[in-house]
Amino acid sequence: MSTAANTPAGVVAGRFGAYGGRFVPETLMAALEELEHAYAEAQADPDFHAQLDLLLRDYAGRPTPLYYAQRLTEELGGAKIYLKREDLLHTGAHKINNCLGQGLLARRMGKKRIIAETGAGQHGVASATVCALFGMECVVYMGEEDMRRQELNVYRMRLLGAEVRGVSSGSKTLKDAINEAMRDWVTNVRTTHYLLGSVLGAHPYPTMVRDFHRVISREMRTQMLEKEGRLPDAVIACVGGGSNAMGAFFEFIEDKNVRLIGVEAGGRGTGLGEHAARFQGGSPGVLQGTYSYVLQDDAGQVSLTHSVSAGLDYASIGPEHAALHDSGRAEYVSADDNATLEAVKLLARTEGILPALESAHAVAECARIAPSMSPRDILVVNVSGRGDKDMGILARELNLKGA
Amino acid sequence: MPIRFASKPGLVVYLTAGDPDLDATREIAVAAIDAGADVIELGVPFSDPLADGPVIQRASERAVARGTKLSDVLGLAAEIRKVRREAGLVIFSYYNPVLRYGLERFCKEASEAGVDGVLITDMIVEEADEYLKVLEAHGLAPIFLAAPTSPDERLARIAKASRGFVYAISRTGITGAQQTMTGDAEQLVKRLRKYTALPIAVGFGVSKPEHVAALGEFADAAVVGSAIVAIVEASAREDAPSSIARFIKGLRPAVALAR
Ligand SMILES: Cc1ncc(COP(=O)(O)O)c(C=O)c1O
Repeated sequence: MSTAANTPAGVVAGRFGAYGGRFVPETLMAALEELEHAYAEAQADPDFHAQLDLLLRDYAGRPTPLYYAQRLTEELGGAKIYLKREDLLHTGAHKINNCLGQGLLARRMGKKRIIAETGAGQHGVASATVCALFGMECVVYMGEEDMRRQELNVYRMRLLGAEVRGVSSGSKTLKDAINEAMRDWVTNVRTTHYLLGSVLGAHPYPTMVRDFHRVISREMRTQMLEKEGRLPDAVIACVGGGSNAMGAFFEFIEDKNVRLIGVEAGGRGTGLGEHAARFQGGSPGVLQGTYSYVLQDDAGQVSLTHSVSAGLDYASIGPEHAALHDSGRAEYVSADDNATLEAVKLLARTEGILPALESAHAVAECARIAPSMSPRDILVVNVSGRGDKDMGILARELNLKGA
Repeated sequence: MPIRFASKPGLVVYLTAGDPDLDATREIAVAAIDAGADVIELGVPFSDPLADGPVIQRASERAVARGTKLSDVLGLAAEIRKVRREAGLVIFSYYNPVLRYGLERFCKEASEAGVDGVLITDMIVEEADEYLKVLEAHGLAPIFLAAPTSPDERLARIAKASRGFVYAISRTGITGAQQTMTGDAEQLVKRLRKYTALPIAVGFGVSKPEHVAALGEFADAAVVGSAIVAIVEASAREDAPSSIARFIKGLRPAVALAR
C-alpha cells in the first residue's frame, strides 16, 4: 500500500488507495524527504530496532497485558471481552510508542529541537517525556480550549521541561494546534523535528506513526493465540487521528474474519459542528498535508467539531482509515458524549479501570454490541489510555447527571 | 493572456479576497493596478491557512466569516478583468476549496473570468499531474513556489512545471513582514536561474522600498502580501484603495516616475 524511499519521480509515495499523499508548502518538502529517508534507513537497521525495543520494554512497559474482563463480560451478558491495556504504559497512553520511535529518529537525524501538537495532552506529555529522556528541547502547541479542559496534562508537560504554547485561533483545539505546529516547522525546519502525534499529515507520517504502533496488534495477536488459541472476532478502537486504531488493526487486516471497528466521536448531535464523526458527516478533502475525509462545508471550509474528549475532537482522520473505510475492510461507528460517559462509569464499576474519555468511546461501542453477541464470540477493546487526566471533566459531567 | 512584468522589478500584489468585502477588494485591486502592480494575486480565504502569518490569518478569518467563497473570488476576478485588461490575474488558494469546487469546473470558470494563472500553496510538483493537465487544457498558468530548502532537483522540476513566473520564497517561514531580506533569496534565485528563463518573483516579507530595491538587483519581480493586507486592515474601508495606491507608488519611486 505504501512505498518507501525509492519511488519513481512523478509518483507520490504514501498513498492508501486514493488517500494520503503530500499537500504541504514547498518549504517542508526537503524535511519530509529527509525524514522519509532517515526512516527507511532506520527501518533497515537492526540497531534501531534493538534500541526501540529496549526502550519500549524497560522504559515504557511493553508488552501491555491483554486482560480478560470477566465482570464486564458478565455484566454485558454476551461476547467474551478482552481489554488491551495501553493505559498501563508509561505516561498513560499508547502515544509513547510513537514518541519513542520518532525521538530516536530525530536523534539519528541530529535534530535537537522537537515540536509537537496535542489535543488531550497525552501526546504532548509523551513528547515532553521523550525529550526529557533524550535531552532535547520541546515545544508543544495546544489549543487554549484543550489547555483548559486538560489542565493537568499542561502541568505535567511543564514539569517535564516542555514549553506549552497556547493556540487561540479557530476552535482552539487540536486542528488549530496542528496549524500552529506546522507554521513553527516551516520557520525552523532546518533545526527542528515535528513529532506529529497521529497517523495524519503528509507522507511519511501516516505510515511511520502506524508502524510505531503496530506493536499493539502484534502483541494482541500473540496474546490472543496464547489465551484462546484463535483470533478475536472483532477489535474495537476509538479513532481521533487514528493512531491507536491503526496500531490495533494493522496486523489483522489480512485476517478477514476479524472485524475491525473504529469508533468516532458522536459528540452531542448530528449537525455539522456538533461531533467529529468524519465518516458520517465528512467528505474527501485536503487538510494539513493529507487527502482524507474532512468535515467541511460546501465551500470547502473546514468545520468546527465537538467532543467531550479532546483527543477525538478533530475534523479529519488518518488517510489509511479512509481507505479501510471505502474498501469496507473496517467499519466505523460513533459513540456520543453521553454513551461515552456511561462507558467510563461502566468500566470503572465493573473492572476498577478508569479509561480515558477517548478510549471510553471504544468501550461504549463494546457495551452496545456485546450483549447481542454469543458467549463464544471474542471482542478486544483497545484501552488506549487512562482517565486520570479527565477527572475534572468527569467530576463536572457526572455530578451534573447525579451519579 | 500572458503574465508580463512591464518594468524591473515587476510588482505582484496579494490581496485576501473579501476582506473587508468583495467590492472593496475590487476597488483596491484596480487602484493597485493603476499604481503600477503588474500582477494581482487574489487570495481565496481558507479556514486553515497554515502557511500564513497572523496578518493574513486574520484577513482570511474575516473573509471566511463574511461567507466569501471561491465562486465569489472568480466573480471578482471577472469584474477586475472587465475594467483592467492588461494586468496579470492569479488565483491564490489552498487546495481544499478548489478540490471541493471541482478542479475542472474551477479551471473552466477561472479561464472564462479572464484569470491568467493559479497558485496553490499546498500543491507540490509530485502531486500535480492531474492538476497540470486540467490547467493546461484551460490555458491557465500553473505557478509553483520554490523554497530556500528545495534542493536543485526539486527546483528543476518546479521550474519545468511553472508557467508565467516562478515564485521564490525569500526565507524559510510563513507569510509576514520582516525587517531585512536574508541572503536566502538571492541564493535561491541564482539556483533557479539555472533551470528556467521564466521571470522569478520573490515574496514573503517584502514590505519596504529597500526590500524592493534590493530584490531588483537579482530578481524580476517582488511579491507584496502581508504589508498590503495590513494596510487594508488598518484603513477605513473608503480610504483603503488610495492608501494602497500610495504605498505601492512608494515601493518603487523610480518606476512610478518612469510611467
Ligand atoms: C488516550 C487517547 N486515546 C486516543 C487518542 C486519539 O488519538 P488516535 O486516534 O491517534 O489514537 C488520544 C489523543 O489524544 C488519546 O490521548
